[in-house]
Amino acid sequence: MTVRARAVLGYGLLVGIGLAAPFLVYPVFAMNVLCLALFASAFNLLLGYAGLLSFGHAAFLGAAAYAAGYVTREWGLPTEAGLLAGVAVGAGLGLGFGALAIRRSGIYFAMITLGFAQLVYFLAIEIPWTGGEDGFQGIPRGKLLGVLNLDRPLVMYYFVYAIFLAAFWLIQRTIASPFGHVLRAIRENEPRALSLGYEVSRYKLTAFVLSAALSGLAGALRAFVNQFAALPDLYWHTSGNVVLMTLLGGMGTVTGPSVGALLVGVLENYLAGLGSWVTVITGTVFVLCVLSFRRGIVGEVRALVKRSF
Amino acid sequence: MNRIHLSKLSLALLAALPLAGQAAGVSDGVVKVGVLTDMTGAYSDLAGPGSVAAAQMAAEDFGGKVLGKPIVVISADHQNKPDVASNVARRWFDEEQVDVVADLVSSSTALAVMPVAAAKKRITLLSGPGSDPITGDRCTPYNVHYTYDTYSMAHGTGSAVVQQGGKSWFFITADYVFGRTLEEDTASVVRAAGGKVLGAVRAPFPTADFSSYLLQAQSSGAQIVGLANAGADTVNSIKQAHEFGLTPKQSLAGLLVFISDIHSLGLEAAQGLYLTTAFYWDRDDESRKWSQRFYARTKKMPTMVHAGVYSEVMHYLQAVKAAGTDDADAVMKKMRETPVNDFFAKNARIGPDGLLRHDMYLARVKAPKDSKKPWDYYQILKTIPPDQAFPPLSASKCPLVKK
Repeated sequence: MTVRARAVLGYGLLVGIGLAAPFLVYPVFAMNVLCLALFASAFNLLLGYAGLLSFGHAAFLGAAAYAAGYVTREWGLPTEAGLLAGVAVGAGLGLGFGALAIRRSGIYFAMITLGFAQLVYFLAIEIPWTGGEDGFQGIPRGKLLGVLNLDRPLVMYYFVYAIFLAAFWLIQRTIASPFGHVLRAIRENEPRALSLGYEVSRYKLTAFVLSAALSGLAGALRAFVNQFAALPDLYWHTSGNVVLMTLLGGMGTVTGPSVGALLVGVLENYLAGLGSWVTVITGTVFVLCVLSFRRGIVGEVRALVKRSF
Repeated sequence: MNRIHLSKLSLALLAALPLAGQAAGVSDGVVKVGVLTDMTGAYSDLAGPGSVAAAQMAAEDFGGKVLGKPIVVISADHQNKPDVASNVARRWFDEEQVDVVADLVSSSTALAVMPVAAAKKRITLLSGPGSDPITGDRCTPYNVHYTYDTYSMAHGTGSAVVQQGGKSWFFITADYVFGRTLEEDTASVVRAAGGKVLGAVRAPFPTADFSSYLLQAQSSGAQIVGLANAGADTVNSIKQAHEFGLTPKQSLAGLLVFISDIHSLGLEAAQGLYLTTAFYWDRDDESRKWSQRFYARTKKMPTMVHAGVYSEVMHYLQAVKAAGTDDADAVMKKMRETPVNDFFAKNARIGPDGLLRHDMYLARVKAPKDSKKPWDYYQILKTIPPDQAFPPLSASKCPLVKK
């Protein structure tokens, strides 16, 4: 089998699973997993390909959710406008945070992004219209293009799925583009990329803004799925969770983050009945994965396939 | 090929969906109570496993069956995350025939689940959360807010402490909507009762070191220092107030304190604290009797949230029996018609806004020397009647209230 045929088969299988998902599992759960998968894929663009570990991605997800909720509930704008508002807020915050954060690297970069994210978290606690710890409730799902009623679970699911596929394709294209190759060059050896004449900081900033905008899209989408935006979306736990998803699934692989998001989603939701064991199990799974297969699930599978064919 | 096959499969599944319809009487042959609570986080002590035990006790005391059908209690950990809470609730309603969700500690999870339940015509029985919008502008016709709300905490403690002679107040407030609402509510009550508010200081949420705020409270010279905060903030501020020697010269008034907080603080640090509670285990024979049984099961004395969960589940089951069905509309009607009369509340009724208006109690934490037995923590100073403890219907922001 050629590499191309294998890729087509693999993607075809994933698309098929996505199409059948609302009949196999609970649609709202499936939508949540898709949003998290998009979020993790956006994060992976930055961590896996540009080698930048941001610890503040919750800010983009959460702020976009609040923005999308605000423009639709308070101003009565349509759902599409809510999504655009989410993307715009994600990109805007990304530009602001990124411009300052990329001046440093490594742990300092992570700390700056974490600091900014906590800033946004406390803003959400303080600003009266966010509803504080009650969360911003009652976001209307609205109608797509004024026709399709998104309150129906299946319609909403395929809407979310279409957006996920589009965004996923965009991420895939970005990674495969010359821009993506430059990002990888920067990840592998920054001084060398610089000496080859690439303006490293502009590439980093572009990747950061792109990742933030896509995270914003995921956040806005999630706000419509759940019909609320709440503080946990902005909390640093969420930033940590997305690192977990990416590492579990396979950092620097295209499908890895989605697999990781699925795994974490299943653990969080389907084990909720086990009470305190959820945290213990998630922790154990994470430790086992990092210790025994460091490339993540998809990374390991890919390596296995490469060896056997 | 792959895709065609899948679409056939989806069509087949789609055709099978309408089979899961609802029948009259008890739907699906089971009455299922889902306790959705915080099993591991900050609220697991005041709600959590204790709430699950309380719901199970109610089901067992009812005889395990209603209208000849078994009562099943299931539970899940919402981790204080509204998205997890609403997902679990949706799954419960759609796939696991859950008829009623109980507890829902922390307001964000409650406010996330309430509209989901209302859309599916299932009942929510809230015991753990306190936020006012629950029975205000976010109220639903299928919701009962059972145990307490922030209004009752502020008004109970505020007016009662002034009547007890605590005329001058200073507030240490958690600087977010919840804390500020609590402070403003209490301050207005204190002023209305003839007290004075000397000042307030806002501490960021959450805070570990309260020293500078406590020093301001100390230098204000107020008789009462009101703690408009919750959870770990309350525990930390009480502990540090004791270390700073603020108490006993000044008295603390906790605006949201549970007996589990006092248990973890110890009487040495918490003594003299004023607080409002909906339930105290050692208040009378009935409450003692029930609490001893709860203790035998969980090795902890119940908080007001636990007692509320038992009482609300019991009230629900009695309503199902009286209505002869588990249909949400009929059961809600019965629950509103019938007053609650048990160890938790006397002659209390559920209003059109969903709020159960019942007696609250002003309590003061005992000094270690006055505590005669384990868990002997409170001295009940005063019973606050429902019309003073809870907001009047005429002022309700709930659209369901006809004026």
